[in-house]
Amino acid sequence: MNQTPENTPESRLAAIRRRAEDQRRARMDTDAPKIHIGLATCGIASGALDTKQAFEQALAEQGIEALIHTVGCAGHCYAEPVVIIDHPQSGFPPIFYHQVTAGKAKMLVKLFLAGGDPRLEHVYGATVENDLIPSVMEFPRFNREKRVVMEKCGRVDPEDIDDYLAEGGYGALARALAMTPEEIVAAIEASGLRGRGGAGFPTGRKWRLAAAATAEGKVVICNADEGDPGAYMDRTLLESNPHQMLEGLAICARAVGARQAVVYVRAEYPLAVRIVTRAIAQAEALGLLGQGILGTDMNLDIEVFQGSGAFVCGEETALIRSIEGYRGMPVHRPPYPAQKGLHGRPTVINNVKTLASVPPIIEKGPDWYAAIGTEKSSGTAIFSVVGDVVHPGLVEIPMGVTLRELIFDICGGVPGRKGFKAVQIGGPSGGCLSEAFLDTPIDFDSLTEAGAMMGSGGMVVMSQDSCPVDVARFFLDFTQKESCGKCTFCRIGTWHLLEILERITVGEGREEDVELLQQLGEDIKDGSLCGLGKTAPNPVLTSLKYFADEYAAHIREKRCPGMMCRALTAYYIDLEKCARGCDACVGCCPTDAVFTTSTRKKGIDQALCVKCGECMVACPPEYDAVRKVSPASLAPIIERPVKPVAEAEASATPAKDAP
Amino acid sequence: MNPAESDTEAQLLKSLPEHLAPFGTERSNLIPILQMVQKHFSYLPAAAMEIVARHLDIPLAEVYGVATFYNQFRFTPPGRHPIKVCLGTACHVKGGDIILENFERKLGIRDGETTADREFSIERVACVGCCALAPVALVGETVHGNMAPSKIEGLFTRIQVEKEMAQRKKRENEPDA
Ligand SMILES: Cc1cc2nc3c(=O)[nH]c(=O)nc-3n(C[C@H](O)[C@H](O)[C@H](O)COP(=O)(O)O)c2cc1C
Ligand code: FES
Repeated sequence: MNQTPENTPESRLAAIRRRAEDQRRARMDTDAPKIHIGLATCGIASGALDTKQAFEQALAEQGIEALIHTVGCAGHCYAEPVVIIDHPQSGFPPIFYHQVTAGKAKMLVKLFLAGGDPRLEHVYGATVENDLIPSVMEFPRFNREKRVVMEKCGRVDPEDIDDYLAEGGYGALARALAMTPEEIVAAIEASGLRGRGGAGFPTGRKWRLAAAATAEGKVVICNADEGDPGAYMDRTLLESNPHQMLEGLAICARAVGARQAVVYVRAEYPLAVRIVTRAIAQAEALGLLGQGILGTDMNLDIEVFQGSGAFVCGEETALIRSIEGYRGMPVHRPPYPAQKGLHGRPTVINNVKTLASVPPIIEKGPDWYAAIGTEKSSGTAIFSVVGDVVHPGLVEIPMGVTLRELIFDICGGVPGRKGFKAVQIGGPSGGCLSEAFLDTPIDFDSLTEAGAMMGSGGMVVMSQDSCPVDVARFFLDFTQKESCGKCTFCRIGTWHLLEILERITVGEGREEDVELLQQLGEDIKDGSLCGLGKTAPNPVLTSLKYFADEYAAHIREKRCPGMMCRALTAYYIDLEKCARGCDACVGCCPTDAVFTTSTRKKGIDQALCVKCGECMVACPPEYDAVRKVSPASLAPIIERPVKPVAEAEASATPAKDAP
Repeated sequence: MNPAESDTEAQLLKSLPEHLAPFGTERSNLIPILQMVQKHFSYLPAAAMEIVARHLDIPLAEVYGVATFYNQFRFTPPGRHPIKVCLGTACHVKGGDIILENFERKLGIRDGETTADREFSIERVACVGCCALAPVALVGETVHGNMAPSKIEGLFTRIQVEKEMAQRKKRENEPDA
């Protein structure tokens, strides 16, 4: 095509961006205060919608002019609802407030927006360096991160493409349109980018394979199925900045020569589905996607397909089957999807994070990206760190940071006085690592070597009060249900693994079980077709290896060291400490297991107790009379006195299922 | 099902073909169609499944084969207040199963079931995306974080109060209607 300077993709984009900036300036460039509220799923769950409403109402009541700007999630889930107030006239820098309830919102409008007092006791930090308020960048949770994929999350409004454009968005696409497909593939190869969907397959190699395929009708797919039951970074990325992924998807299509793209998002993520659908429409309207992208002859149709919630559909061949309208059962590779995928056509499937890494690579160059992280795992990793940590949420770090730095320095370590016991990495395909592994650097190969894997990027930190055996059982319960049933080893093997784990956690484990788990686990790995079966035994095998003593305690002593396995624990009330006449624990018991002894103290009827621990919470700290023990036989037996009539009625509802 | 409900269902069934019309008859439309049907009825009624099989010209067993494979699809109507208890990893380690049991005990139904009056149903879900608030339960669309067995009673009271307020409002509005 004949391109004069006026109609190159870059100049077209410049025009589009100018208009976006103008529009944004018209809205944002006022002296009025700006209130940025995080409205992704985690924020909404913490009450951010109420907070927003409270701001609107208070602003109206006080007659204050201010701009409310809704943004996505910046990953600081422990601090939700998060609000950033930029009030230039007050003389203060933009301020990050955490846990802004509706009440706090009203207070801030009155005292800060109207009164000029930022209420320092509620401030988390300033978002920029200044002389008045310490900046959030002084906290390790902020300054130890390296944001490449999540850079714009929490800054842009995901429902407004102008925000993304004004932040430099779609610049990489314009540049890629001026490059040859070969140059794009070479750049991705040189960057060392590896797939963030779990296995870490070199993205450049995958693209090269698809680019070389000669068949017509190539397809590119963004895998946002995110089946790991404890990870949510793909969802957050889509909900907070969908355009970065879309831009990466378009660059991928350009590199391999595809005209059709699919974003495969799970239907359980309605907000993500809505935001992505809208983002596509906005980009098409501006000529950034769709027909004749930025004035070139490139066309790309993007559709959103809603995944129906099957873990195995995250596996690429199963995902393709489900788009075709069949049960999501994996098929044998090769042929790889890059050669023969959706409807038999060459198909590139990449994870959301992989695609979202592409625009920065094109923009800043492969060398810049390759310099981040380690030699064999370049770039950044995103983890959702949850469980027993002080600052849970999404964290993006350069590869090569150690687990200790991530868990203790960045996320604040285990709260309270409880020590660290284990960390489970990579969800149902990953493994459980002990303290001895804390100095392992986080990269694809080191984690695999330790027996875990990068997997989905889910990370659960466990304190001394948790049980690796129970967590292994939990994941097996999940993979057993999610096994598609195609291979015998996976279908029946996981069922047996689960059965053995279940019996161990209820105190019926046998001496030979450990051996059996090991053998069976290895057989399942060898005998399964797809990654689900090949990795399903990982949680069991790693915990067997690193927490052998926990298994032994469960099997031999019927004791759960973390006191998580309910069948092996019991609650009882220390009569020395229990206060006569206090009824705090009675009302909170859901099964009426708490009774009054003849001395007017309390006892727990072990037959009715479901071990929910509510009485322990309810017992006033000055008495602190409820004890939890394992094995259950350690609890002293306190007989329920012969019932007075009134009580007989109260206990007429029997516990439905004793554990 | 009470008569009023079977009436609405018959009406919904009648309007199904017009909702089906925009979908082509290729096999790859099956899952989007099932999703549409579920949105329409809030579950997949047997009669609708037959219409879908005819539309795509595939055996009914194939339609069921696909629908039962995926967790998203349900074959019984949900309650008016569907309760979803998160049993994702973070919620599990914080005792999500205890929350589930408490809902089950309180309502006298098990996970996957609906109460006889169709008010409530219980379902387990995996990771709602707010693990920092674990354990989490959803009533309708509202997320309740940091759940505890003792909070469940309060939740039901709130639903009851809201229902009564809605009824009172309806009664107040009726004279002018
Ligand atoms: C059981 C199973 C589940 C998977 N789930 C996902 C998932 O939820 N998201 C994802 O991106 N990849 C998932 N994968 C990996 C995909 O098969 C595929 O490798 C990946 O999407 C390729 O993208 P990447 O090269 O960008 O990593 C899963 C694999 C298996 C075996
Ligand atoms: S595990 Fe329950 S919200 Fe994530």
